[in-house]
Amino acid sequence: MSGLILNRRRLIGLGAASAGSLVLAGCDQFDFLGQRNDPVRDFLERANSLTYAAQRALVGQQALAREFSESEIRQGQRPNGSTDPRQNVAEYRTLEANGFAGYKLRITGLVETPKEYSLAELQNMPSRTQITRHDCVEGWSCIAKWTGVPLGRLLDEAKVKPGAKFIVYHCYDVMGGGLSKPEPYYESSDLIDAYHPQTIAAYGLNGGALPVENGAPIRIRIERALGYKQPKYVHTIEVADGFSQYGLGQGGYWEDHGYDWYGGI
Amino acid sequence: MTDQALGKPEADRPAKGPLIYRQAVLTRITHWVWAIALFFMLLSGLQIWNAHPALYVGQQSGFEFDNAILRIGAENTPEGPRGFTTVFGQKFDTTGVLGMSELRGTTNFVGFPGWATIPSFRDLATGRVVHFFFAWILVGALGIWAISSLLNGHLWRDVILKPRDFRELPRDIWDHARLKFHHGRSYSPLQKFAYFGVFFVLFPLIILTGLAMSPTMDAGWPWLIDLFGGRQTARTIHFLVMVLLVLFFVIHIAMVLLAGPINELRSMITGYYRTSPGTDASLPLEGRERGRGRSGGRREIPTPDSSPQGGGEQAGANRQEKSK
Repeated sequence: MSGLILNRRRLIGLGAASAGSLVLAGCDQFDFLGQRNDPVRDFLERANSLTYAAQRALVGQQALAREFSESEIRQGQRPNGSTDPRQNVAEYRTLEANGFAGYKLRITGLVETPKEYSLAELQNMPSRTQITRHDCVEGWSCIAKWTGVPLGRLLDEAKVKPGAKFIVYHCYDVMGGGLSKPEPYYESSDLIDAYHPQTIAAYGLNGGALPVENGAPIRIRIERALGYKQPKYVHTIEVADGFSQYGLGQGGYWEDHGYDWYGGI
Repeated sequence: MTDQALGKPEADRPAKGPLIYRQAVLTRITHWVWAIALFFMLLSGLQIWNAHPALYVGQQSGFEFDNAILRIGAENTPEGPRGFTTVFGQKFDTTGVLGMSELRGTTNFVGFPGWATIPSFRDLATGRVVHFFFAWILVGALGIWAISSLLNGHLWRDVILKPRDFRELPRDIWDHARLKFHHGRSYSPLQKFAYFGVFFVLFPLIILTGLAMSPTMDAGWPWLIDLFGGRQTARTIHFLVMVLLVLFFVIHIAMVLLAGPINELRSMITGYYRTSPGTDASLPLEGRERGRGRSGGRREIPTPDSSPQGGGEQAGANRQEKSK
């Protein structure tokens, strides 16, 4: 009888002591979670696949992101991340100096007829304009008007082959540099997001041409995802059956740096 | 009498009420799962918030107009850099804690200090990994708790507010103010208000405002944006509910310490709770109606066979109380 009581007391005391030490030790204790490829972190990251699956299951493939009225455009689109590839990318500098006259948007990979479009050709195609909210992974939001060609149309013209699973967006801007290896920005999406009616290859912002700081000449808008899934300075759209061969293999520049691939929350 | 003969430690203590089985195993498990999940969600949440330490009202964040209600940052002053927190236009110097703080000997210009975030250094990506993992744990535990509490009567008996709780609330506030606690079969009205608030106001609010920040969920469930009046308002409410949950935690811990930490902790670990003298160990009427079923009937009143702590004593004490 008394042994039982002691055991319980001891158990309670043990629980209280370990809970207390957890708090007192401070949160440096969990800094190891910041190491990419830490097994505990890898385990926690599995929740991201659950989130992706849950959002795909709960939200219709065609469900549209909220579109706002003109009066809700209250400011310019806030530039963030890489805002000027002219600084370190010579090819982009030359293109920009010539008003992107020499720019080509390439559709390549698992397509029957690879395509190339000049900026003027893209601007002469049927367009879509939408006033949407841009949600940065940092937490802020900004409402702006985007004009561009529906990506689904470009993919249809190139005729996507069976077996295609992802679209990889290759960009001019190069991240890193200095002491770290330069890494060209890239992103990827599944076909659902690529063919979504609001997914456009945007060349216009708030009624004008897309400025350099916001991704000129072409930025992909995937309106149901966070800002890092809206690649700027896109030059090649590659249809692929996987993305492990690009960058560090996680499907995007920020994904290679620990961010979740879907970016839907 | 029996316990004196056995020489139990309880025998020479002053009057005690019966030891009752108060917390079902799933109530206890989900309680500790939440304790862990909320700990990680708070610290990873502050990490995420530090990526943009400002709160706004409306659909978007004002960069060329001002709709911020809270902003934390650092500024250069004639005396060097200082950390500042601006709330509704009122600016406070919060150097050392908010906006500017020390971590392992280096000065950091961050919203919340490194000791309050996971990881302690700036790492939004990891903060998000931790936050969303434990968000699933929190919601999963809430689902398990809701179903089990509905089935075992805990929800109806202990959490759902009833007219009686409102009637008895003033008296209970007065008792709490005098630190006079009654350890009964169920919770006191003030406790019920606190738990009801957490389960039916704070948890739903923090989950829904979290979802309202998701551009995908906003497309699927557009009412989320309208319900909260914009994504940035939802983010602000998410933050405020976090503050309320921290406040709940502080009061919760204070009450556990004041009401008898060993007894309170035991009830949340083993399920058994020592009630005040005079407590009827049988289920209250409303609980009995709901808490039917085999285990409910058998376990609520400890008997010599079912109570691991010597039910004979309980039953005897109980009989004595009643006979008085």
